[in-house]
Amino acid sequence: MTSLRIFFIGGLMSYRAMFGWLTPGILIPSLLISPICQILLFAFIGRNAGVGDDEFYVIGNALNYAAIPCLFAMSVTIGGEREASTLGIVLTTPARRLPLFLGRAVPVVANGWCVAMVGVLAGVLLLDVHIPAGAWPAILLVVVATSISCTGLGLAMGAVTLRVREGATFGNVLFCVLLVFCGVNVAQDDLPRWMASVGDWLPLTHGIQAARRLADGADLGSVGGLVAAELGVGVLYAVLGLLLLRYLEQQSRRLDTLDRI
Amino acid sequence: MSALLHQQWTCYKLQLKVLSTSAFEGFLAVLFPLMFATAALLVYRVRNDPEAMQYAGLGAAVMGMWTAQGVIASSLLTRERWAGTLELVVAAPVGLGRILVPTTMAMSTIGLYCVVATLAWERWVFDLRLEVASWPLFVAAVLMTALTLALVGYFLAVTAVRYRYSWALGAALEYPGWILCGFLIPVATLPVWVQPLSWAIPTTWGMAAVRSAADGGSPWADLAMCAATGAAYAVLAAWLGRRLADSARRHATLALT
Repeated sequence: MTSLRIFFIGGLMSYRAMFGWLTPGILIPSLLISPICQILLFAFIGRNAGVGDDEFYVIGNALNYAAIPCLFAMSVTIGGEREASTLGIVLTTPARRLPLFLGRAVPVVANGWCVAMVGVLAGVLLLDVHIPAGAWPAILLVVVATSISCTGLGLAMGAVTLRVREGATFGNVLFCVLLVFCGVNVAQDDLPRWMASVGDWLPLTHGIQAARRLADGADLGSVGGLVAAELGVGVLYAVLGLLLLRYLEQQSRRLDTLDRI
Repeated sequence: MSALLHQQWTCYKLQLKVLSTSAFEGFLAVLFPLMFATAALLVYRVRNDPEAMQYAGLGAAVMGMWTAQGVIASSLLTRERWAGTLELVVAAPVGLGRILVPTTMAMSTIGLYCVVATLAWERWVFDLRLEVASWPLFVAAVLMTALTLALVGYFLAVTAVRYRYSWALGAALEYPGWILCGFLIPVATLPVWVQPLSWAIPTTWGMAAVRSAADGGSPWADLAMCAATGAAYAVLAAWLGRRLADSARRHATLALT
């Protein structure tokens, strides 16, 4: 019961606290305007290069942008607490770490989903992309799976911010890695083999493939394997993140580095 | 004159040291556009058209200059405000422009590093050997683009000072700049109503001059337009800077965070 309270109430409080800094002045340019502009940039590049169609770039880049809130918000729940010198208080509580951090992850997943869907909708409207009405419910679900997967990576990144000071830089580097390796703008088949192999072990890759197939008329059952792979990658990173958190927390206590900014 | 040059050089040198040792403003300012350039080149490479790769390679090399300027210039004065040094900057016995321009010039220098890094990256990773008909003109066009971008940065710095989250505004300007300046997409292929916006940015003319120099054409007309639009931004920024400083002093809002 206590764990459930920590999961839900702790997560909700953390989400509300996030809006202390994620005000409209930051949210609108960062999470609404930028994803739309990234979609337009690559759609125009694709048109000029004669590669892919607008739908390909709308889905790839909208889902890519789900990574921004998922990576940064998870990082801020740990790195931000450290900078505000409140992480020590959080970690001295007897609360179990699993509900504590997973509770904070749930609203982040919702945020990532919203950002990606705003991107998809804006891309569809601005570029006159047609996605069959019947495909939308399945696409909504695939975007949830992709956001979960990205949040898993965000948790691992958040754990690293217990040791690494440059959380914002690190998050941007990861975002760039996802952009290049996950088939966001180039189909996995057109990427060099080693890059495609790396992409298979990153969030987004399978989610983007599944969403593109659904938009092309496939049913949810036929992309079940891709969705499972996407969730599997996310769970892998989430477990890695929790293990890293445990290890780095112990290290921080032992070396007295928890509050070192 | 010598005192002015000494002040400009000292300010430039110090700011360049600060920027180049910062992971976010130095390392990331180079890496971020480089990765986007990589993504764009991967798209262009699918068709394996040498002409398209030459086009994209030139644009990708210059696009990093926009990133190096945009985010940091937009938040330049806000950062001074956060650090509690904005009063010192405004109260200094030299005009605001004489402090801001060497700072934005330092950012343009990071942008020049972006150009060199991207050219090396294109050759190393994509085996892309750009054909440049006239290297002196190419270098002149890149330098003129860097110089005028510093003036755009000066304009952004004084314009965005009243926006509390100016860094977010700067970050949001990144993609529009990449779209509008013709780095990876010809300006002529953009919607007609957007094209005048492109013409109002000196970098558009700078990029056109870079392409002309590489193709063996004459870049002088584009360079003249680049210089003229850059000068317009400088004049506007100087006027706005004076107005903003006067207003902040009158309303005692300089130190408000």
